[in-house]
Order: sequence, then C-alpha cells, then structure tokens
Amino acid sequence: MATQASRTASRLMLSPAVVLLFLWMIVPLGMTVYFSFLRFNLLMPGTEEFTGFENYLYFFTDPAFWPALVNTLTLVLGVLVITVLGGVGLAVLLDQPMWGQGIVRILVIAPFLVMPSVSALVWKNMLMNPVNGLFAAAARGLGLEPFDFFAEAPLASIITIVAWQWLPFATLILLTALQSLDREQMEAAEMDGAGPFWRFLHLTVPHLMRAITVVVLIQTIFLLSVFAEILVTTNGGPGTASTTLTFLVYMQSMLQFDVGLGSAGGIVAVILANIVAIFLMRMIGKNLET
Amino acid sequence: MAREVSTGRKAVVTAIAWGIGLLIFFPILWTVLTSFKTEGEAINPHPSFLFFDWTLENYHTVNERSDYLGHFWNSVVIALGSTLLGLLIAIPAAWSMAFVPGKRTKDLLMWMLSTKMMPAVGVLVPIYLLARDTGLLDSKTGLVIVLTLVNLPIIVWMLYTYFKEIPGEILEAARMDGASLGAEILYVLTPMAVPGIASTLLLNVILAWNESFWTLNLTAANSAPLTAFIASYSSPEGLFYAKLSAASTMAIAPILILGWFSQKQLVRGLTFGAVK
Repeated sequence: MATQASRTASRLMLSPAVVLLFLWMIVPLGMTVYFSFLRFNLLMPGTEEFTGFENYLYFFTDPAFWPALVNTLTLVLGVLVITVLGGVGLAVLLDQPMWGQGIVRILVIAPFLVMPSVSALVWKNMLMNPVNGLFAAAARGLGLEPFDFFAEAPLASIITIVAWQWLPFATLILLTALQSLDREQMEAAEMDGAGPFWRFLHLTVPHLMRAITVVVLIQTIFLLSVFAEILVTTNGGPGTASTTLTFLVYMQSMLQFDVGLGSAGGIVAVILANIVAIFLMRMIGKNLET
Repeated sequence: MAREVSTGRKAVVTAIAWGIGLLIFFPILWTVLTSFKTEGEAINPHPSFLFFDWTLENYHTVNERSDYLGHFWNSVVIALGSTLLGLLIAIPAAWSMAFVPGKRTKDLLMWMLSTKMMPAVGVLVPIYLLARDTGLLDSKTGLVIVLTLVNLPIIVWMLYTYFKEIPGEILEAARMDGASLGAEILYVLTPMAVPGIASTLLLNVILAWNESFWTLNLTAANSAPLTAFIASYSSPEGLFYAKLSAASTMAIAPILILGWFSQKQLVRGLTFGAVK
C-alpha cells in the first residue's frame, strides 16, 4: 500500500536531513574552494584579489609541506600498524575462556572513551615528562637516564598516544567479528588435527579480513584529522617535527590568518581523505546489499 | 557444544588478559589516583601507588579557581543539545528510508555517509568566518549546530540499521487491523524503535562530548566545553598535576560510565553497520 500519499509523506520526512546535509557539504566546501583562489588574509581586510593557483603553489612549496605530508602518513601508518596487530592479538586473547572477561573488556575499551585533550595531557605530563613523569621515575629507578619523549621523538610519542586511544576501537570491532566465526568449522579443523597456528592463519585471519579492512579505512578517516593531541603536546614542533597536514592548515589559517593559503591546504586534505573514502564507501555499499 | 578447556589453561589466559587489560587501563587509573594526591606528592620522584595521604583538596581547588561547573554545563548542553537536535532531524529520515524505501534510498544513504568523510580542516575557515559573522563564535548555539551537522550522518545511519531490523510485516498487520498511521507509529513502531534510538543517543552523546576539533577552534572563554577547558592546562602556568588529574577525572568519568554500557552500539555506530 505504498500510495502516493505515503510517498509524499516520506519525502517530507526525508527532506530536512537531506537539505541540511547538502547545505553543510556544499556551502563551506564551495567557500573553501573559492577562498583557495584568492589572496585573502584576515589581517589585511579589503585586499582580496583573485590569484589563480598561487595559493596552491605556495602551499606545495612551503618548506613545511613535505614534512607535514610525511608526518601525516607516518602517523596514520604507524597507528594503523600498532592498532591492527595489537587489536588482532587482543581480540583473539579476549575471545578465550577466562574469568572476569567482562571486566577486562571494560578496562581495554576505556582509553577510547577518554577525550583527546585529557589523554594527551595525561601522557605528556604525568607519564612522559622527563622530570616529573612516571616513566622518568621508572628510568631513574633502573639507573637509566630519563628520556625527553616530546623533544627527542615527538612524532613517535604522539603516535603512541593516538595508538593507545584507537587500540580499543580495533580490538572491539575485531572481537565482535571474531564472535561470529563459525565454531563448528573450527572444531572440525581441530579434530582433523589442524594445529592452533594453522587454524589461526587459515580460518581466523581470512574471517577477520573484512573487519580489518573496515578498521583500517575508518581509522584512516579519523587519523587524518588528529588535532587536539598535537595541539596540547608539541604544537607541531620542535620545528616541523610533528606538524601534520591538518595542523599545518590550522596554523596557516588560524594563527597566520592566511585564509587563502589555509583554504588551498584544506582542499588538498579533502582530496587526500576522499581517496580513502572511495574505498571505504565501496566496502560499506557492498554490505548494504546483503 | 561447549569447548572443553582445562582449568590450568584458563588460569593462564586470565592472568595474561588481566595483565594486559590493567596495563592499557593504567594511564586512566594513574590519573584518578593522582587526583587524590597533594601537588607535592604528585611530582614525588619516588611516586607511591596507593600509600599516600588521600585528599579531596584538588577537587575543591579546581572548582574554586575556575568555573569548572560552567564548562561542565557547556559540555552537557552541547553534547545533549546536538544529539537531541540530530535525532529530531534524523528519526523521520531514517524511518522513511527504512519503511518506504525508494529506488534511490541506497544512493542517498551512501551520499550522507560521504559527507562524514570530509576532513574538518577542509571547511575550518568558512565555518569559522560564518560563525564569526553571525555572532555564533564562542557560543553554545553555534557548537550545537555544527556538532549536529557533523554527527547527523552517523545518527541517520545508526537509526536506519536499527529500524531496518523491525519486521515490516508487523506494520502491515497493524494496518490490516485498521490502525491509522498515527496509531501505527505510536503503538507498534515506537516500542520497537526505542532501544535503537536510545543506543544512538548514547553513542552520539559520547562522540559529541569528546569532539575536539570544532570545540577547540570555535570557542574561547565563554562557551568552552571540557575538551577546551582541559586543553588550557597545557600552558606552563597550568602545570599542576594533581589539579589536572582532578579536572580530567571529572571530565571523563561520565563518559566512561556511559561508554561501558554501550560497547555494542559503539561498534555498530562507528562502522556504519558494516560490523555488527
């Protein structure tokens, strides 16, 4: 009984969401594209003029651009490797029979629920601080020289913090996927004399591939936008050692007020994210049909 | 067919899992413990784990010296406000896509998802300028609007996957029995939809509470939620570990509790139904 009336009603119910999202997507993005072709600095109002691709040229030749691109990729790849490998291991572990499984799950999930500014500050001050931090105290206790994490290895330190935040996400999703694994197939393989390693490699891993892909794609989207963790720890430094694309665009537009340049950078970030998004959308779209 | 597992093996697995679990949880535990220490004890070069003089002083000081409750309230308004507004817009949309699907429903869903893929930094400047020019910079209203739009795709998607699981035959049966559209929605659909709506609400409150790009870039002193307030502790004069810990503990406690209740929804919402 999908009458004309019910179709009209359904269109009415859909339209607010569609119209709002359409405006949300098209208006700011259109403005960013427009700004990216202008010479536009907030400190010099009234001097806006069309400059073609000059901002893009400046952005790509900015001495911070290549470090930022490399840092972005290092951050994303580093966190992905740690969280996927750690996540698979933890998920397999948590899937075993044990006492207090629910509590362990809660402990493991917790970091994901902590707001980024808190995790970053807690790690920066209370754990990694070279004078008052717990790691420094531990190092002194072992007779070692305390390590100045954010001065000596800023990007690696940020990767550690971000990986700590996202490991629960990977674990949770892989654990959920693991629980839908066919037990009978497992047991059949076990009875046929397949060892645990063979079973892991030929049954568990293929079963998890799909979930791993989802984890990689979704995390990549979020990791490309990591911001607060950098802002409160290193502020992108020392130098450009921990500046990512997101942070570079933030500095150019919000600190140097160079709207044109920042917009060009923003468009570059959008293109980069879209390359990932295309793959993710295909995965999810396929799932929608089944 | 339960698997036979020896007690010895189970004990080993339990020990390893608890060890790793506590290790991962440790930074949070350490923060909570430090919040009960004096400032001197907090930077003691020989930190003690449990045997120190427990004090509530930091919680008092944080509340006295800063408008902590004000920032907490900002977080509550922004997280709840954006979630409720989002639900208001998303429930009709998801309902219509789940129960009156058209040829283009799938494309529409995918398109909504694609708006979530846009990195925030790509629209930072225009949103900042628009907020400035409309007087919505550093206002709760501005953040509620932005966060509603940011999370709307996730809300629609989550509701859609939940609504999709409500069997359509039940609706038809109700219609056959002569129920009007209003009665159908009120007595048949609502009771079945409430759990899904509640889960969606929970997940989005968590996401909005922790959102740290827009809340940091669009607020100053007035409407800063806890994310921005805590970030202000990164400046050198704010380096008080015990007070930082107390402020942090209060900021993360409500979400830790909410999150532990909604583990399953977390997976579902954040993978857009790709992993259930």
